Amino acid sequence: MIRVRDLFAAVALSGIYSLLSAGLFTVMDAVDVAFTEAAVGAGISTVLMVATLAFTSRREKTTRTAWKLGPLVLALFTGGLLIYGTLDLPIYGDPDAPVHQHMEPRFLEESAAEVGPPNIVTSVLASYRGYDTFGETVVIFTAAIGVLLLLTERRGRRPQNGRGRRPENGVEEENEAEDLG
Amino acid sequence: MRQNYLLRVALKPLIPFIMVFGLYVQFHGDYGPGGGFQAGVIFAAAIILYALVWGPRDALAVFSRRSLERLAAIGVLLYGSVGVLAMLRGGNFLDYDTLAHDPLHGQHYGILAIELGVGLTVAAVMALLFLLFVMRGRL
Repeated sequence: MIRVRDLFAAVALSGIYSLLSAGLFTVMDAVDVAFTEAAVGAGISTVLMVATLAFTSRREKTTRTAWKLGPLVLALFTGGLLIYGTLDLPIYGDPDAPVHQHMEPRFLEESAAEVGPPNIVTSVLASYRGYDTFGETVVIFTAAIGVLLLLTERRGRRPQNGRGRRPENGVEEENEAEDLG
Repeated sequence: MRQNYLLRVALKPLIPFIMVFGLYVQFHGDYGPGGGFQAGVIFAAAIILYALVWGPRDALAVFSRRSLERLAAIGVLLYGSVGVLAMLRGGNFLDYDTLAHDPLHGQHYGILAIELGVGLTVAAVMALLFLLFVMRGRL
């Protein structure tokens, strides 16, 4: 994917990668995560990137840059450090792993009596960690406000690239004027 | 893409099923995989699919920008007000035990309500982002 210069192919590959990760999550019994990955990673973000491609060119500009040793060494060092860090992690499915010792028994054993839903992931996300999920929802909402502000032209200001509103969009202009109140 | 009859004919019957599936994921999240976030994304995917084939203007005619903005805000508001309601009834913020006489029922109602809030916000935000991005200032 790094060497692909055709951006459309790169987008398609990243979508396929997301779909494969979703399959991987399903195999690891993380169905909820797989669901999210398939819907967001393979679906929405791919569509958004294709929409971006419609505004740019399809091929990446090739730039010839000389090899630089410093960044390569830094990247290899950081990557090596991270891989070294994974050596200390418990192996997948290890019952003695701290994550299975600390909170999980409580969730598995008590959540049916305390919260109710058979899907423990939902109990944890919506009830035990409800405050956290509330924060996530607010983050999504805030992000939307930011993007709305960026993508909405202010009334009476023309964009720099000269692609101003054309006369046939008069109806939309009126609607926007209403929106801005 | 207006001339693309094959896509239009193939996708038109699909969209209602995607929406129903979104609702299923929304309200069945307690029992199976899924929940508000996934349901919201699936519902938004149906809107985006419609916009891809029929154009963003047609999609905006069905889901107007103003209504999507309001839905996004209502979702967050619903989530927050469930928390405040729990506080008013004598519990902690987002402690659903107090929402009904039986703590388990309270938890059930609470989870249903906040998942609906998440779903509304996510669906509206995702659809809004895509539609606004494609329209880019022409809205």
